[in-house]
Amino acid sequence: MTLYQRYGRWAILLVGAVAALALPRVLYPPVALDIAAWALLAVAVDLLLGYVGLLSFGHAAFWGSSAYTAGLVAAKTGAPFPVAVVAGVIVSAVIAVPIGYLAVRRTGIYFAMVTLAFAQMIYFLANQLDGLTGGDNGLQDVPRTLPGVDLSDPYYFYYWMAPLVALGLFLAWRIVHSPFGRVLVAIRDNPTRARSLGYPVHRYKIAAFVLSAALAGLGGGLYAMSHQFVTLDTLRWTTSGQAVVLVVLGGIGTLWGAVVAAGLTLRLQDYLSLQHFAAPNLILGALFALVVLVFRRGIWGTVSDLLRQRQPADPAAPSRIDPAAMPPSAV
Amino acid sequence: MIGFFEQTINGLVNGGFYAMLALGLAVIFGMLGVVNFAHGAFYMLGAYGAYIALHAAGLSYWWSLAIVPLVLFAVGMIFERTLVARLARLDPLYNFLLTFGVTLVLQDAVSWHFGPTASPYKLPSGLTGAISIGSFVFPTYRLFVFGVALLCCVAAWWALARTRVGMVIRAATERPDLTKALGVNVGRWVTPVFGFGIALAGLAGVLAAPMQAVTPLMGADLIIVVFAVVVIGGLGSIVGSVLTGFGLGVLSSWAQAYAPAIVAQLLVFVLMAVVLLARPSGLFGHQEAAI
Repeated sequence: MTLYQRYGRWAILLVGAVAALALPRVLYPPVALDIAAWALLAVAVDLLLGYVGLLSFGHAAFWGSSAYTAGLVAAKTGAPFPVAVVAGVIVSAVIAVPIGYLAVRRTGIYFAMVTLAFAQMIYFLANQLDGLTGGDNGLQDVPRTLPGVDLSDPYYFYYWMAPLVALGLFLAWRIVHSPFGRVLVAIRDNPTRARSLGYPVHRYKIAAFVLSAALAGLGGGLYAMSHQFVTLDTLRWTTSGQAVVLVVLGGIGTLWGAVVAAGLTLRLQDYLSLQHFAAPNLILGALFALVVLVFRRGIWGTVSDLLRQRQPADPAAPSRIDPAAMPPSAV
Repeated sequence: MIGFFEQTINGLVNGGFYAMLALGLAVIFGMLGVVNFAHGAFYMLGAYGAYIALHAAGLSYWWSLAIVPLVLFAVGMIFERTLVARLARLDPLYNFLLTFGVTLVLQDAVSWHFGPTASPYKLPSGLTGAISIGSFVFPTYRLFVFGVALLCCVAAWWALARTRVGMVIRAATERPDLTKALGVNVGRWVTPVFGFGIALAGLAGVLAAPMQAVTPLMGADLIIVVFAVVVIGGLGSIVGSVLTGFGLGVLSSWAQAYAPAIVAQLLVFVLMAVVLLARPSGLFGHQEAAI
């Protein structure tokens, strides 16, 4: 047993906690807020892609509808921000039921196309319902309140929102390491066998989809609270795409890789926008393509392989879309 | 009645774009098992190709119509050889992701150089004005687009169904291993077929340049609808994807004319939901293993 295997998990947790607490001190606080919200979305997408083998290209639907719900609840009722966010989470989970029910009827690339198309439908719907959503103008001046606390400074708001983010990340970890999560992995690796063992595959997939959507909704609601406005961009396909980019950069099926990737990517995007560089996706897209071509295990996978001294990854958790299955040179 | 006729033709014009893109997606999918996310980006490059040809080289629309698809044919083949082929033996999702990354690069590269706003492209001389038959009046250019799209689809069908090359491609699509075992060099056709699909997207882009806003995101907006179209039609059938493309174009056009705006915008997606409920493998698709 190497030192890494014995203490690695606790060391990672400690480093993660310290990094999370230091984030708004090191970075411009609004960027820290964005990183926390996007990390939740990316982890939600990884929950499906890494552990059920389903690539959702439509998580903007849940992120955005939660952002709009949280924004509307906060603006119309003046509810404290956690209440508004929870309302958003509920709405995104509810929307995910019919979408998930329909989408799990297809797998693979079709699943990706179906989720992308349904998310675009929600986008058009929000654009048409401009009495509610404000259409192209979006929702402006969303209040962010908590009785007895002044949340106007993003720096302090970060620490008030951090427990919710930590809760979301903990739940994702808990789902993956629960018996339910083990069934999901079994379904990913061999759906026919899981079915023959008596697991209702579709129902498990729908449940995972709804949980993932709720997690994305948590991120979206917090995103609305941290920006204090909501635009149609939260529902646009580019948002879904960015989440997928984060997951792949971080490493599919690693959960925390997506969090690290969110931090690095948003910092890079912030830097590029400060440099007035007009084509950030030129760099991000190229990096992404490079990772897909060469480093399919992503940041987390590559680094943990190095730390494990190139021992094979946990045999209990192979990805259905197995990044290590074939070196690119073999083609 | 005249209005209805005009709406139908309009729908066939829009459906022509769906059909050309869906056809390209279907032949590439058949040959490689890959869905090309970048298809919309190549459509956008086709439109910008026409724009560049006119403003930088002074080449007229007619030249663009011939040259741009040829250039994109070459670009597509290079793309397939250098990038897509590297992931050929992995789960096709990786190629979907790769082509998504390429989409981001192409969109932002074009947007960086030409700006995010629309680049103007005039109607070609000779195709301006409108054709009127009795009280039926219709823009000439749109009829031309419909004609070209129809011609392309019929030609592609003829090539696939009636020629020797088409026979090889169909065999390779249906049973790649058996086709190889019979001594057919399947790998030889993968790259040209990919290039052909990309060229078709480029041609659609040239056709779109004079009638739609030429913007870096024109392809992204279209490709998502085309994804819904191919989910409805099923990528397994080439004829099916073309028919679905034209059919949905017409249905959307009718909905735009006779139904509230919200119905028109959501129609394709609602139809997708219905097809997923009633026939998950798509109208013309093959049944997947029931899981």
